[in-house]
Amino acid sequence: MPSRAPFGLRTRLIAAFLLVAAICAVSTAALTYRQARSAVLTQSQDTAVSTLRDQLEAVALTLPLDQRQLQRVVDDVGRRGKPHPWVVFGEYGTLRATSADLGSPVSDVLTDTLRTQVSSHPHGAFQRVTDDRGEPYLTIGMPAVFLHNGAREATGAVLYAVMPLSTEQQTVDAMVQAAKQGAVPGLAISVVPALLAARSVLRPVRDMRRAAQNLGRGRLDTRIEVRGADELAGLARTFNETAGALEESVAELREAEARARRFAADVSHELRTPLAGMLAVTEVLDEDAEQLDPDTAKALRLISAETGKLAVLVEDLMEISRFDARAAGLNLDDVDVAEAVGKTLQRRHWDDGRVTTDLPDGVRARLDPRRFDVVLANLVGNALRHGAAPVRVAVRTASAPEGERLVVEVADSGPGIGAEVLPHIFDRFFKADAARTRSAGSGLGLAISLENVRLHGGTLSAANAPEGADGFGGAVFTLDMPLEAAP
Amino acid sequence: MPRVLLIEDDPSIREGVALGLRRRGHEVRSAGTGEEGLALLGAFHPELVLLDLMLPGINGVQVCRRIREDSLVPVIMLTARGDDFDVVVGLEAGADDYIVKPARTAIIEARVRAVLRRRPAPGGGLGVERHGELTVDRAGLTVSRNGERLALAPSEIKLLLHLSAAPEQVFSRQQLLEGVWEHSYHADARLVDACVRRLRHKIEDPAHGPRYIQTVRGFGYRFGPL
Repeated sequence: MPSRAPFGLRTRLIAAFLLVAAICAVSTAALTYRQARSAVLTQSQDTAVSTLRDQLEAVALTLPLDQRQLQRVVDDVGRRGKPHPWVVFGEYGTLRATSADLGSPVSDVLTDTLRTQVSSHPHGAFQRVTDDRGEPYLTIGMPAVFLHNGAREATGAVLYAVMPLSTEQQTVDAMVQAAKQGAVPGLAISVVPALLAARSVLRPVRDMRRAAQNLGRGRLDTRIEVRGADELAGLARTFNETAGALEESVAELREAEARARRFAADVSHELRTPLAGMLAVTEVLDEDAEQLDPDTAKALRLISAETGKLAVLVEDLMEISRFDARAAGLNLDDVDVAEAVGKTLQRRHWDDGRVTTDLPDGVRARLDPRRFDVVLANLVGNALRHGAAPVRVAVRTASAPEGERLVVEVADSGPGIGAEVLPHIFDRFFKADAARTRSAGSGLGLAISLENVRLHGGTLSAANAPEGADGFGGAVFTLDMPLEAAP
Repeated sequence: MPRVLLIEDDPSIREGVALGLRRRGHEVRSAGTGEEGLALLGAFHPELVLLDLMLPGINGVQVCRRIREDSLVPVIMLTARGDDFDVVVGLEAGADDYIVKPARTAIIEARVRAVLRRRPAPGGGLGVERHGELTVDRAGLTVSRNGERLALAPSEIKLLLHLSAAPEQVFSRQQLLEGVWEHSYHADARLVDACVRRLRHKIEDPAHGPRYIQTVRGFGYRFGPL
């Protein structure tokens, strides 16, 4: 499983959920706060203003006021603060009076704004202020009036009440606190539906991913369970239909391939029987051609020669079709590699100086001697035919993590292999020249060699030696296989 | 003039091989089925049987077993490479060698001659040697165990003589293929293994491990040490 991206689908879904929840919580809290705050404050204000007005109206004033009377009125009203105790200041001309004790708020919270408002509002004015310590106050200014013939007449006296709003402030603060405390668990709780939603989206996605991986590994019968009827279910259905179609076409292809393979094998097999009969009598043709007229002799020799080639070709085709059908098996034996290489060269009369060898003594390997012989004979034969003598066969062993390896290099002194040819060198019936002339072999030699090496669990590769490398500047075929092949 | 019995169902191969061998001076009789071949065996007394493995009716392996029941005539199987299993079964049934079809007459005749060749005793030794319970007569090409003569097929006798000629020397399968079967090309090492199994079956005491023909892992076989 590859690691998830840091901002995967799950993360993004949960983040979106939380964001929505947070926006909801904050806006709800803000609106509630505003409404509640103004409700609380309005109630206090109205009570305070009307109380002051009623008190002031209930006080009998004898004009002109003197300091004593003003003080009495102030004290009187100052004792009846509602909803909270208040401090009252009285002003009449130059007279000043206050109900405050020492240490109580002084009149510096009364702003000029309030004073001007009071002078223009006979019903009084109020203002919420905070003093320099940040304490909130309600300040009310109320002109004292008397009713004269049903009209309100100003007396010129103004009473100011200063009421601390700390209780309301606490109420509001408590609300904010509650909103804050409520939001965090709220957000935390909103993670649960977020996870559920993420899971409901992610599970089908994960299923699909697993299924796609299985499909990629070649298990074409993989299907996904379709749940519900949403877009994801639709996607799953589409996936299943696609997988089904894929399975069908792959099955058809495999069937066709198997048929083709069987056909090739059957054809080769059918060819072998008549060839066995023909090959047995080629010598008769060759021998008796001497006594016949030249044309007949030529014809007979041609038949004889081509029969031999055909037999090799059919044998190679059989070999290839056995590899294709995975019916080829290894018959392992313990051999001395130097000896095996020497015998291969000797049997084909290549021990005449055209081939030089570099064979360490005492290297023993476990391999299929017949197949090893076929591979080596093919490589050396190719090197002599398409490259040029001298050909060098070098054997060495190498250590690899998976065990000891046997490495055989076959290098020739020819011009090397063309760049356009190199990738196709192991192809069946590949012809280096476009003229499609038949080579001496079946055209399957290197393909069979490659399959033989693979059967041993090894690799066979072709390359060109770097220029001027110890006299063998041509093609180099490297065989690399386990020193001990596994059956 | 070796007499060869050819048992092969395909007429073209039968005729071709018979023609080729006759030209090389062999007396050839051929049969198209196993039953026919077994009938000819008694009448013709061949010195060698060329036997196709794939026969209609009773197959080549069964024919080989029938021949071995009461005859030590050398048997060479004709097989197509790839009938791997059949090769082993045929060798277990007592065949001495095998030839892969299609083959030129020269190849077939070389194999025939190699099987028929009676090898003179190497080094011209005493003629009769004793190895434990075995008595080997190199001149007469016979082997007895506790005085009882053993019925060994030609390839089995040759293998035993080859190994016992140099006791305690290890021979690789390839060396044995060349020395005993005279295969110049890479033949199948299973030919050696099958023959060793058959030989052990006849000369070794089944209660113990191999005493005469010992396997040397990673190298091959040797005779002894006793």
